[in-house]
Amino acid sequence: MVPISAYVAVSAILFLTGLVGVLVRRNFIIVLMSIEIMLNAANLNLVAFAHNMDSLAGQVVALFVIAIAAGEAAVGLAIIIVVFRGKIATNVDQINLLKW
Amino acid sequence: MVPVFFAYFAGVSVVAGILTVALRNPVHCGIALLALLGHIAGLFVLLHAEFLAAVQVIIYAGAILILYLFVLMLLNLKTEERYLHRRYAWYMIGAGAVAVELVLLLLTSGYTGIKGEATAEAVAKIGNSTAIGVLMFSDYLLPFEIVGVFLLGAIVGAIVLAKTPGRADLSGEER
Repeated sequence: MVPISAYVAVSAILFLTGLVGVLVRRNFIIVLMSIEIMLNAANLNLVAFAHNMDSLAGQVVALFVIAIAAGEAAVGLAIIIVVFRGKIATNVDQINLLKW
Repeated sequence: MVPVFFAYFAGVSVVAGILTVALRNPVHCGIALLALLGHIAGLFVLLHAEFLAAVQVIIYAGAILILYLFVLMLLNLKTEERYLHRRYAWYMIGAGAVAVELVLLLLTSGYTGIKGEATAEAVAKIGNSTAIGVLMFSDYLLPFEIVGVFLLGAIVGAIVLAKTPGRADLSGEER
């Protein structure tokens, strides 16, 4: 029997990895992929606690998180395509039109 | 047997996550993300969330990741020499120490709470997907509807954003 703290630790490590990816990488698409890693870590946490607490609510919420992730990927990639097509930027730190 | 599988799935997903962030070529990052998603699905199976594992493989690995790879191929990104922000490199040491502390705290905490009704035997009697479906269409009906409207908005937004500008739009801009 694997204790829940092991699942929570794996989830925390994955979340931190994703956070580092968002902060450090310069490529747009890798930043979005890092956000997917963070969402997956949250899902793992939800499902682990749902199993631990004998409740299915965590699994239902994890399904909703997957749906949100799909929407986020679609809109984010559409924005990336627009930015690339307009030759505005090729890296995250070059988009600064809205910067005050 | 379960601890062995847990060690395998957890170890590979952590390594794949780190590779996703650290690899230089974006396509390799996508493949590492695919490995991560597949092994998270394995962890879901260990947690008796079979329906969610199938959804993870079909939607995440099958749809979202293919979308990412299509955009990567479409844009034909060059692998850049400088692919990291150097500015944050020094913060990493402090952040690593805080992260180790956080993981140790999480490992030593006791997790208790009020147990729910859906024990493993009760769920196994009617099946995992049936139990999730019953719960989703009764207690979680409003979030379900909201997610439906959200997905419609996301589809419309993605189509409008990524639409190729037509000839009329282009001539309008030139005038």
